Amino acid sequence: MTTRIVELRRGILKKNDELAAGLRTRFASAGVLVLNLVSSPGTGKTAFLERTLRELRARGAQAAALVGDLETDNDARRLAASGAPVRQINTHGICHLDAEMIAKHLEGWEQVSLAGLNYLFIENVGNLVCPSSYDLGERIRVVLLSVTEGEDKPLKYPGLFNSADAAVITKIDIAEPCGFDRELALKNINEIRPGIRIFETSAKTGAGMEAWLAYLAEQTKA
Amino acid sequence: MTMHELSIAASIVESVTEAASAHPGARVKEVRLRVGALASVVEDSLKFCWGLATEGTPLAGAALAINTLPVIVHCDACGIDAEIAGVQSFRCPKCGELAADLRQGRELEIESIELEEPDPVLPNPVEEQA
Repeated sequence: MTTRIVELRRGILKKNDELAAGLRTRFASAGVLVLNLVSSPGTGKTAFLERTLRELRARGAQAAALVGDLETDNDARRLAASGAPVRQINTHGICHLDAEMIAKHLEGWEQVSLAGLNYLFIENVGNLVCPSSYDLGERIRVVLLSVTEGEDKPLKYPGLFNSADAAVITKIDIAEPCGFDRELALKNINEIRPGIRIFETSAKTGAGMEAWLAYLAEQTKA
Repeated sequence: MTMHELSIAASIVESVTEAASAHPGARVKEVRLRVGALASVVEDSLKFCWGLATEGTPLAGAALAINTLPVIVHCDACGIDAEIAGVQSFRCPKCGELAADLRQGRELEIESIELEEPDPVLPNPVEEQA
């Protein structure tokens, strides 16, 4: 028997990466800004997104959402209350969305034509580990962190925080009773992802939404 | 199972099986990976899933070797690429300033495979004409 080494130098998620690159090109030529929202379960992604969709619609923008969940369509029903087109992606136990799921759910989505949209939001499965490896073709990856979670989340999940383009702190209306250390949270986010844009928001009171919406509008022109 | 390591293991099996098919008769002894410290892959989970993903495939029994790569950042001020200790603070080790420009640490790739091949059967020596 003889042994030999064969060099491969091949990305493990090459198939996903290629599919995501194709989606990114497609989104860019349709002129739609695509954002991938990632957080732990319970951070308030759905409430934040619902408020965002409402505010965008009130400003005359066309926005839609794909929402990933392990089993239920509860989030899709909540988001649909905003009036925006919403489609559920059930992953049936898989802990993240991948580019193939996005491509598949864009097919036959009758309410939506990409060219008619200004924004497409993808609400990922609540998980701070697995989604970090899977490119969905988004232009902006948004990581969310609530004031109830502990200021050291960025340090515990550096892979995801470091891969994000923007960070949103949610539920700031209850920051005080939670004993949230704002300075420490901002510092920790910045240690892991230096220079990242950070938005401090409350979907309940609307605090911080103006700055977030201004950022979105600015990104559509970028 | 809510571990993405299983999806990753399955992707490796697919990729290596395809690459090994170019070498008929060979057995894959080892698969060598390069995994960045920020790739969000837990080595033990991946090894556990590797056993599951290879079971009943031609890759069953193949070892998985994981080469973990540290994070390297580029510091504009110092004009250098530098390795940082750990993944808790993205600062230039020389000047201590925050450094956002990541040069290494997100890799998730198959570097190489080690194949075991049967020795080639030598053709019978041609008999000398008397």
